[in-house]
Amino acid sequence: MTELNKLTAHELLERLKDKEITSGDIYSALQKRIKEVDSKVKAYVRLDTLNKLANQRTNEPENELKGLPITIKDNICTQGINTECCSKILQGFCPPYDATVINKLKNAGAEIFPLKANMDEFAFGSSTENSHFGPTHNPWDKACVPGGSSGGSAASVAADEAIWALGSDTGGSIRQPASFCGVVGLKPTYGRVSRYGLIAFASSLDQIGPLAKDVRDCSLLSQVIFGYDPNDSTSVNQDVPDFSKSLTKDIRGLKIGIPGEYFVDGMDAEVKTIIEEAINKLNSLGAVSAKVSLPHTEYAVPVYYIIATAEASSNLARFDGVQYGWRAKSDNLIEMYKKTRGEGFGDEAKRRIILGTFALSHGYYDAYYLRALKVRTLIKQDFDAAFKDFDCIVTPTSPTPAFKIGEKTQDPLKMYLSDIYTISVNLAGIPAISIPCGFTKKGLPVGLQIMAKPFDEAMLFRVAHTFEQNTDWHKSKPKL
Amino acid sequence: MKYQTVIGLEVHLQLKTKTKAFCSCAIDFGREPNSRVCPVCLGFPGSLPVYNKEALNYAIKAALALGAQVQEHTKFDRKNYFYPDLPKNYQISQYDLPLSRNGFLDITADGKSKRIGITRVHLEEDAGKLIHEADASLVDFNRAGIPLLEIVSEPDLNSAQEAFDYLTGLKNIIEYLDISDCDMEKGSLRCDANISLRPQGSKELGVKTELKNMNSFKGVKDALNFEAERQAELLESGQPMEQETRLWEAQKNMTVSMRTKEGAKDYRYFPDPDLTVFIIGREMISGIKDSLPELPVQKLRRFMKEYSLSEYDAGILVSSKKDAEFAEECLKKYPEKDKKNMANWLIGPLLSEANARNLNLHQLGVNPDELTSLIGFVQRQELSHLSAKSVLTRMLDSGKSAREIIKENNLLQISDTAELERIIAAVIRENEKSANDLKNGKTNALMFLVGQVMKKSSGKANPKIVQELIKRRIDNA
Amino acid sequence: MAIDKETVKYVAHLARIELQPDELEKLSGQLHDILGFIDKLSSLDTGQVNPSSHILPLSNVLREDKPADSLSPDKALENAPAKKGNFFSVPRILE
Repeated sequence: MTELNKLTAHELLERLKDKEITSGDIYSALQKRIKEVDSKVKAYVRLDTLNKLANQRTNEPENELKGLPITIKDNICTQGINTECCSKILQGFCPPYDATVINKLKNAGAEIFPLKANMDEFAFGSSTENSHFGPTHNPWDKACVPGGSSGGSAASVAADEAIWALGSDTGGSIRQPASFCGVVGLKPTYGRVSRYGLIAFASSLDQIGPLAKDVRDCSLLSQVIFGYDPNDSTSVNQDVPDFSKSLTKDIRGLKIGIPGEYFVDGMDAEVKTIIEEAINKLNSLGAVSAKVSLPHTEYAVPVYYIIATAEASSNLARFDGVQYGWRAKSDNLIEMYKKTRGEGFGDEAKRRIILGTFALSHGYYDAYYLRALKVRTLIKQDFDAAFKDFDCIVTPTSPTPAFKIGEKTQDPLKMYLSDIYTISVNLAGIPAISIPCGFTKKGLPVGLQIMAKPFDEAMLFRVAHTFEQNTDWHKSKPKL
Repeated sequence: MKYQTVIGLEVHLQLKTKTKAFCSCAIDFGREPNSRVCPVCLGFPGSLPVYNKEALNYAIKAALALGAQVQEHTKFDRKNYFYPDLPKNYQISQYDLPLSRNGFLDITADGKSKRIGITRVHLEEDAGKLIHEADASLVDFNRAGIPLLEIVSEPDLNSAQEAFDYLTGLKNIIEYLDISDCDMEKGSLRCDANISLRPQGSKELGVKTELKNMNSFKGVKDALNFEAERQAELLESGQPMEQETRLWEAQKNMTVSMRTKEGAKDYRYFPDPDLTVFIIGREMISGIKDSLPELPVQKLRRFMKEYSLSEYDAGILVSSKKDAEFAEECLKKYPEKDKKNMANWLIGPLLSEANARNLNLHQLGVNPDELTSLIGFVQRQELSHLSAKSVLTRMLDSGKSAREIIKENNLLQISDTAELERIIAAVIRENEKSANDLKNGKTNALMFLVGQVMKKSSGKANPKIVQELIKRRIDNA
Repeated sequence: MAIDKETVKYVAHLARIELQPDELEKLSGQLHDILGFIDKLSSLDTGQVNPSSHILPLSNVLREDKPADSLSPDKALENAPAKKGNFFSVPRILE
């Protein structure tokens, strides 16, 4: 019998509906797998919770997700389960409330897996190397990073240590690890998924999204977590379509834009070839691809690193040892603040907070923050124009496959530039998905990114599902 | 006066909505610490703000009542600084697109109307409360997140008294709107002042001092008076003045420097990305404007017109909304067309009684019909004005009606000529000399004789009639 | 744009972060490079462009003034590193 943890959510839901298996069986399979491989992958953190909260289930939920476990990134508040953003400064924080998405999942009958997924501290990173608990290892090559910041979520799904997972994406933190780990990852349109309960990095860019083994699972999970939330002022009151209707496997006549700015020097040659082949595949399936220009692409990374760090510097001001988390010993308040934050935050966190504080400070606000907000408008306008002529835009998710652990940690700027293909999407607020589309000679996954106009996730699922069902990339599994 | 005092006031008002600004925690006071809190007002990780519709309503009402222009586009900004009573280490406030600008409040200075500009009326949230102990500071976040209105005046005030009048005028208007308790002692109204001096005639502003820790309107006035003197002395002595913040120490009757090494604070304001912009359309504004209750100035003018009151008299009556409502009820119920009598009673004897008992007019518990009844007795000359005042006191003390008290105490004024003649005759017999003086033209003797009649009749004789009768008797004698 | 150590020190103070001397040294260098990279934005003409502080055309999101349950003091203080009774406790603020 196939181990249950290796199946997709939709396959498991069938068996659960037919009462062939129980959700407890799935849970046990996951536990077994974690004990087998997590010491190598390190997708999860604070593993002592696994046995503490094991099997508290009494009866099988009847709701649509039928007790299926889901893995949650460590920056999404889960009541009664520590949520620490993999940072020392939030050590021990146990939220007294559930994030809205967690409520939605529970109402749909899902089981919140008690172990949280590893991440770059406060989502600051593209490799999960900035975690207080140490890096996650890419299941396809343990010497490589899984990507970040949702590296734990992506790796757990790729390693079958999770059926599916939630991550968060501010500049590519779902899509890039999805591409490095060979799984499907979606960043929804900004405002589609409630941010209430997501520990904020950059408020105008953050979105929670699904990581899954295939597009169908991704659309199923999206169906549950999408929707208006009156507790989030930036949540959009927009109908959520029935995404099952998007899985038509038909993309004939769809117009696909290929931005020239995303195929430049510095891009890995193998990645280039694989992506070109994927585009050919889409064309062979009836889509029509053509060049499109997104002229302000080169400004996306600098704009992002001003806006995101500025917002982060303010969002993270609350971590000061007063009400929760770790507090440094001191007998005077100012020293307590400074020591708590100096010792509680990792290097990348400190770097970003200081950069963001600088960008907002007196005398620099206009030149940095205000200017970045204006360029953001230009970037959005690029996409608005492109979507007038195209149904979707296709690009590589990352300029390279997964890099080696330690390869980019000495050079922050180098690390920032690995987000080059994903960042514009967050700045423009549009949805985008990454799906596996090939492997390098060394066996590392390569991801194809599809972008659509705001609220058109249906288009993403349609194109992604069609491609996936006409290839086998999603069926490969790493050897662990 | 060598120097001109220049004062600006910054007032913070707690709005009396049912819930906080950005979350649904109930606002009720006197609860145990940290019991009216939630992830949002505690600033827990992951929490998000959603603004209170009613707070916005109240704020727009205040802005309109203060003659300010409500901006069509307004937004919230984050004011970033670290302090333990600030849960998120930023306050959600407003910076460059405040709710409203360019309002005014009129006060009376030197008998003339003076317009004090109001720079802006904007929205923000309150912080928690800190209690300082010997070795630690304790924080209670029940107050954190209560919606505040910040009202900033132009530096148009030129004396401590004007500042005091501005505050009473402001409180008056806000009370009429019923959007805040405006109680400085309870903390629902807080006031900081900026004061500087400049040579008379100079157009430039002097070095300003910020004053904090005033707990009453009188405290504000005293602090400003003290500070104006202190600064004048400093300037006279030629010592340089530094911009600083000083605390008012009410017990010591002086201001004290805060002595913190402050650089200019960099609050790094930026638009709060967790909140949307607010577009306040003309329809919404006119809807709220139509729903505004009659404001003090309007009521004043109306009282003057409808009840033929002087500005001064009307001013006294409208200075408190509830008092004005009580007064209006009395005036309306008074059956005569000329309301002057009733008005005089309200402003005269009734107000005296209220002051003596440390109450407001409306708190005296007087029934408007009873008051009318009492006045009627005087009108019909059944009661002297003097007696009527003591009847009023007894009415307030006992709760009995005027009629009852008059009957019980046999206070009816004697206007019956026959009876009066008897008393007058007796008085004249007993005071022959005065009677002769009067016959010989000494007019003082008349008042003396009237006084004697009043005495003999235990104050019940109608003095006017007595006067006439005495005159006639003497003339005819 | 050059960012010197003094500025980094000042900004770290604004952000209430204590930096060790070697951290300050390293960070100043890194920030200098990052800001140099960010400077490419200054070559763009943004004169006619409106800033996007919000990417969604949402406005007037408000909430009814209806009370809901609050947390109990126990729950509110559950994660507190230091407390006294129902208060959060912090080291004395030197005024």
